[in-house]
Amino acid sequence: MTEVTTLQEVPTDTGMAREVLMNLGPQHPSTHGVLRLLLQMDGEIVERIEPHIGLLHRGTEKLFESFTYTQIFPLTDRLDYLCPPSNNLGYALAVEALLGIEAPLRGQYIRVIMAELSRISGHLLITGALPMDVGAMTSLLYTMRDREMVLDLMEMISGVRMHTSFCRVGGVREDLPEGAEARILEFCDIFADRISDYETLLKNNRIFLARVENIGNITAEDAIALGLTGPNLRASGVDWDLRRDEPYEIYDRLEFNVITRKDGDCYDRWKCRLDEMRESLRMIRQCVEQMPAGDVLVDDPKIAFPVDKDLLAHSMETHIHHFELAAYGFKVPKGEVYQAIEAPKGELGYYLISDGSEKPFRLKVRSPSFVNLQALTERTTNMKYLADVIAMLGSLDPVMGEVDK
Amino acid sequence: MTEIPLGSALEQFSNVHLDETAADMPCLMVPPADLLALCQFLRGEAALQFNFLSDICGVDFHPEAPRFQLVYHLVSIPNHWRLRLKCWLGDPPVAPTVTSVWTTANWHEREAYDMYGIHFDGHPDLRRLYMWDEFDGYPMRRDFPLRGYKDHMNPLGVERRRNGGGA
Repeated sequence: MTEVTTLQEVPTDTGMAREVLMNLGPQHPSTHGVLRLLLQMDGEIVERIEPHIGLLHRGTEKLFESFTYTQIFPLTDRLDYLCPPSNNLGYALAVEALLGIEAPLRGQYIRVIMAELSRISGHLLITGALPMDVGAMTSLLYTMRDREMVLDLMEMISGVRMHTSFCRVGGVREDLPEGAEARILEFCDIFADRISDYETLLKNNRIFLARVENIGNITAEDAIALGLTGPNLRASGVDWDLRRDEPYEIYDRLEFNVITRKDGDCYDRWKCRLDEMRESLRMIRQCVEQMPAGDVLVDDPKIAFPVDKDLLAHSMETHIHHFELAAYGFKVPKGEVYQAIEAPKGELGYYLISDGSEKPFRLKVRSPSFVNLQALTERTTNMKYLADVIAMLGSLDPVMGEVDK
Repeated sequence: MTEIPLGSALEQFSNVHLDETAADMPCLMVPPADLLALCQFLRGEAALQFNFLSDICGVDFHPEAPRFQLVYHLVSIPNHWRLRLKCWLGDPPVAPTVTSVWTTANWHEREAYDMYGIHFDGHPDLRRLYMWDEFDGYPMRRDFPLRGYKDHMNPLGVERRRNGGGA
């Protein structure tokens, strides 16, 4: 068995054993899913943390190898299940890079709008859940109320609240429904004030600050060595955002600030996300303004279903392509590509090796939560007590679907 | 694709060469014996500064030989460069650990060990990561059946052959 389990055999003949092995999770609200932590405790002080992951392991990467490229979209939804459009986007970009195609401009804008909406939805959970983990229940109720607005928008656009699977290789499934743009802008107006509400609710709350300020500091150097990305990295003062530094889709047409903080403690990671939601709102507004009319899916009958569905009734050729696509999928040329995007949790990378068939030879997901969670085990962070571990875990914001893959 | 000054690395390591097939970023082929030294060089060299390890990916090319490959994706945050390292491994696959160069390699290597059975020499804590300790076999190997092997937990799995089969 594992090394840490043997520690249970601490000599107890005096009845005064100092070290206790404690089990946190896998079914504990503050572990945000099925994470099991083995804690070696000396009284209230945590000596060592050993995360046991894999309780949600579904073998996604193995499944990828037996699914066609289109069938993979629903699987990527279930990685970071708070922000499926981002996961879809990264995967679609990887396949498109190998195919050498690009989505039409309107399709790209819709993808970015959905990715940013999902970033808000993901960040809302953590801006509410971290305070709840440390005892401030109210905030979660507020953020969940507002997250409902995002889910409603998702439902309006894709028909599904959570696992949207709205992306396709070469664009998105269909155009925005009538009135969606107005609803999105309406959401932006309402939500801008709500962010300030959370801030005033918690920013000066002494009880909240006592639990998160100067807890679990990560220096910029450590953060890079640990491979942290996303808000966790930027909270430590590293100015690195793939949306700006390696722009994909239409991010180079948008104006936004990359939020960085200095201290890299739990509070900074929380605040960083709060401020990022404001930037996301700015981006969504710009997208809606700039979005041109036109196709949303690439016009290539061998890769995408026809945009004009009436063609199916009249054109035999379209019908054959449609059948081939639905039954066998499309082939992707031999090659390899690593495509990284700035997902809400950090750098989400897809490393795709194609052998020229309809199914990927190997598709590796570099999931940000998996890497971020590792920071919990390191001694580089100054967290001493059990209560600090909870704050640290909450602020790192791992989603177990993505950690376990 | 930006031009990365890799000349000094290629000069210093005679067994390392550029892989021209990759289109999205420069790629170096490196034998396992040189891997650790090359990584230290890439991270330490002032002109390169590959300070961020993005990912380690194991690949199984069964039934071809050599069978296993490790793919490293590096980022130089100061220079905004990306670089890929590829390392062919023997069978049984063994590679040196790079945890001393990038702390983050720890879990990535444990994942590759868990899924492909790639052994990392000098790793501080090489144990299974996703699968449970008693699990037999390496699930991501291409000769491991998608449905898994039949046992009391998995009655619909594939019957295990006596010899080989990814286990």
